Amino acid sequence: MSRSARVRLFLGAAAAIAVFYVLACTGLPHFGTAAHPYGDRAVAATLRQHTANTVSSINFDQRAFDTLGEESILLGSVLGATALLRRTDDEQEFTPGQVRVLPSTRLFGTLLLPVALLTGVYIVAHGQLSPGGGFQGGVVLASALHLAYVAADYRSLKEIRPRELLDGVDAVAAGAFTTLGLAGLITGAAYLQNVLPLGTFNTLSSGGLVPVINAAVGVEVASGVIVLLAHFLDQALATRGERTTTERGSS
Amino acid sequence: MNPDVTEVLALVVLLVVAVVATVAVLTRDPARQAVVLAVLGLTLALLFTVLQAPDVALSQLGVGTAITPLLIMLTLRRIRRGDAPDETGTKESAPEGEDR
Repeated sequence: MSRSARVRLFLGAAAAIAVFYVLACTGLPHFGTAAHPYGDRAVAATLRQHTANTVSSINFDQRAFDTLGEESILLGSVLGATALLRRTDDEQEFTPGQVRVLPSTRLFGTLLLPVALLTGVYIVAHGQLSPGGGFQGGVVLASALHLAYVAADYRSLKEIRPRELLDGVDAVAAGAFTTLGLAGLITGAAYLQNVLPLGTFNTLSSGGLVPVINAAVGVEVASGVIVLLAHFLDQALATRGERTTTERGSS
Repeated sequence: MNPDVTEVLALVVLLVVAVVATVAVLTRDPARQAVVLAVLGLTLALLFTVLQAPDVALSQLGVGTAITPLLIMLTLRRIRRGDAPDETGTKESAPEGEDR
């Protein structure tokens, strides 16, 4: 297709989308109004379930089945990356040499690594009470560990990263979410229904099943992201040899 | 907060997001694009905070500004080493300290 034909096609399509988008937007409720039909119902249900953080209540209680799907997507992507980035026959692993790091970088990394880890644990643990939760805290935990790479080098990161263990932990935590849902079935309720005692509102143990699933998600996300980054780091820093993409790509 | 102030703040941050997103599209070098993407993630996190969605802001901060740009950087490094062999394994060139 010639360049002018492509531009004409784009302009035609863009004009059509612009017209329908504007028409659709005129039917929307105004920005920032006081009426929130879904929000009102969600908050009421959250208070009934003694969970202080409405978002966590929606994620791990009211719509826990949706979250199970999202959780599985993460597990699936980690599995896919692991399969694609596995070491092939023509690649060799090697230990990257020591690297000189600025003293200030080393100092800040060493000081902040425990602080960042603690922040991650805090965000996971308070998922049912304050903004954050398993997913957010898990990502903080995973990136906190990689401060070891920033502050020192890849060898130091490898020493504090129990990679083989985390492979298993990732799978067990993802399975734990699925299994926790069975608690509802055993007591005669629905799958993933919040059947645990709800506890006192705004305490760590409140929310019934919410903090338990939240913790499982935290462990799964943290280990999943660490394993994912480990494969990328291994390929980028500690693997030698061409990945054959052109010559033998068709075989 | 006064609703007008909130709306003005949201509008300003929306404009900043639009500007940074345009810069991200116009940046052609993938390594630079990863850095712009991290900045875009930061402005999006700010937007979500202004719109009173701190949970989403935290996710955006972790994934959008830390993990995704880091994955892009690592991928680029591996691909480029394929072109010009440099297997010392040092972290000399790209600003890889992106992950915090």
